[in-house]
Amino acid sequence: MADPMKIRAQMKGDIADIRVLMSHPMETGQRKGGDGKLVPAHYIRSITLDVAGKRVIEGQTGPAVSRNPVFGFKVMGAKAGDKVVINWVDNKGDKRTDETTIRE
Amino acid sequence: MDALRRTLLKGAGATGAVVAAMAAGVLKPSQALAAEYNRAAFEAKDLAGALKGIGADNASENTGVAIKAPDIAENGAVVPIDVSSTLPNTVSLSVLVDKNPSPLTADFVFSNGALPQVALRVKMGQTSLVEAVAKTADGKYYIAKKEVKVTVGGCGG
Repeated sequence: MADPMKIRAQMKGDIADIRVLMSHPMETGQRKGGDGKLVPAHYIRSITLDVAGKRVIEGQTGPAVSRNPVFGFKVMGAKAGDKVVINWVDNKGDKRTDETTIRE
Repeated sequence: MDALRRTLLKGAGATGAVVAAMAAGVLKPSQALAAEYNRAAFEAKDLAGALKGIGADNASENTGVAIKAPDIAENGAVVPIDVSSTLPNTVSLSVLVDKNPSPLTADFVFSNGALPQVALRVKMGQTSLVEAVAKTADGKYYIAKKEVKVTVGGCGG
């Protein structure tokens, strides 16, 4: 199981500013390891963001997203106290879901 | 709704239909299954193939799509990029790096109040154009480009 995500969700005026850091190697499958062999590809493929029980963002990613991906999203119509749920799934089927609440 | 029905009848790409259905509020996104991974687009080896994979091969350039990225990236492994769209009814944004082994890097679909803007960090193997593609609810695609110079590539150790 991968390490927990770090999620920060904060109201900035009318807009919820949501930032997430995912802990993931994001191996491209093109890099050689210490033994000279290619390191197999291992990267996040799918990301979802729900706010207050509604799906707001659905994303797909390839291996060219940097290691330990950071994403910033902005959502209208959310308010302080709303629950934020973020989920990712990688190409090996590993997955992780974490949540937080939007701060004032 | 008529437009949606026509899309479905025409049998346009399944992903397009699902996105259109979500935009029209027919499918409740939180209940709909996540769209299938667009393997063909993400594994395309050139820009034309990647654009074709997301259906944007005839995207027109538009200043309503914005890319914020450094002019010179010192570390190609971590290039901060911010893409956004001011076009009305933007439903999705895609990020592509022209000269990467597989140009398509990320693709986001927005609904329920999400603003069409995403900040992320990408790997770049060499100096290249970065492209952002916005899709609007009427199924049209708009593209913006910005060159980012890379001094140290992101694909080595």
